[in-house]
Amino acid sequence: MSLSKQHELHTRRYGRNVGVGLLLVGVIAIVFGLTVVKVTRGDYETPATTTVQE
Amino acid sequence: MTDTSFNSQTGTYQTEATFGDYFALLKPRVMTLVVFTAFVGLLAAPTPVHPFIGFCAILFIAIGGGASGALNMWWDADIDAVMKRTQRRPIPAGKVTGDEAFAIGMALSAFSVVFLGLATNWFAAGLLAFTIFFYVVVYTMWLKRWTPQNIVIGGAAGAFPPMIGWAVATGGVSVESVLMFCLTFMWTPPHFWALALFMRKDYDNADVPMLTVTHGRRATRVHILVYTILLAILAVAAGFTSIGGPIYLSVAVVLNVLFLRGAWQIWRRDEDMSEADNFLTERKFFKLSLLYLFAHFGAILVEAGLDKLGWGLWA
Repeated sequence: MSLSKQHELHTRRYGRNVGVGLLLVGVIAIVFGLTVVKVTRGDYETPATTTVQE
Repeated sequence: MTDTSFNSQTGTYQTEATFGDYFALLKPRVMTLVVFTAFVGLLAAPTPVHPFIGFCAILFIAIGGGASGALNMWWDADIDAVMKRTQRRPIPAGKVTGDEAFAIGMALSAFSVVFLGLATNWFAAGLLAFTIFFYVVVYTMWLKRWTPQNIVIGGAAGAFPPMIGWAVATGGVSVESVLMFCLTFMWTPPHFWALALFMRKDYDNADVPMLTVTHGRRATRVHILVYTILLAILAVAAGFTSIGGPIYLSVAVVLNVLFLRGAWQIWRRDEDMSEADNFLTERKFFKLSLLYLFAHFGAILVEAGLDKLGWGLWA
């Protein structure tokens, strides 16, 4: 048995909250996916440093 | 506690907005056109794009298009409340407030442009930002309530997505992407004027200077015919360029003959004839216009696919 009764707002806004939750998960997935693709393709590799020989 | 409250802006009782109401702010049906044409622009480009980056680019372009739709609903809430076609939109229906729509529109605009820039290139992102600006400021705020040419010039906003898709792949603009822009740009006026003919009283009541209101319904019928002729020339001519090919040309010839026939029939009819059959010809023309655009871009997509497989006959 729960300690406190759930406020009716939670049931009323259940669909909206689930939607926002899924959106946030989607954003995380996209940022993660883009990062993986960009890094594995070498988009963010720093140019090779050249050493000056004396 | 109640789930309704009085909205002093619209004079309606506001019910609790669902997730779907917020999604409806993004004009999902317009979004399908944006997604499809941007997708075609992306795939028709000669430079290959990583599938995941391509997917994200289309998603961000769709979000940008949706954001401009939300801003359009925020600004036009007064017009939407009067017009029968738009009365059930979230703001006039009292489900979402104008301030919420504005906040969602602005936030998603910034999100889509920044993420498109980070995922692809800043030229494509700039083009998306310009498209949002053009649709919201130039069309919605300025042209729509000011000139009967609102649809003609404002149509440019809906024509940019294939150019953005192309820019995602190539980082620039070329003749092919401009041709795809022109196709949608020239298609928009006859498409919307046909709608204005059978949604008769809507634009009158809302006091929007549509061609039907300012120049009369006869002039609108003439304009539909003239623009359809110009569109047909452009659409068929595009078949001989690098985005065209035998499949595109066959589709273009068939659809443009049908479209010209529809425009000709609209031009020949008067108001009594149209009212007698409840604007059947105008409604058919409007439905055909939807197929027209999707089929043309579908054919461009097929031609691009054949080219990439080395089976292209034109290029």
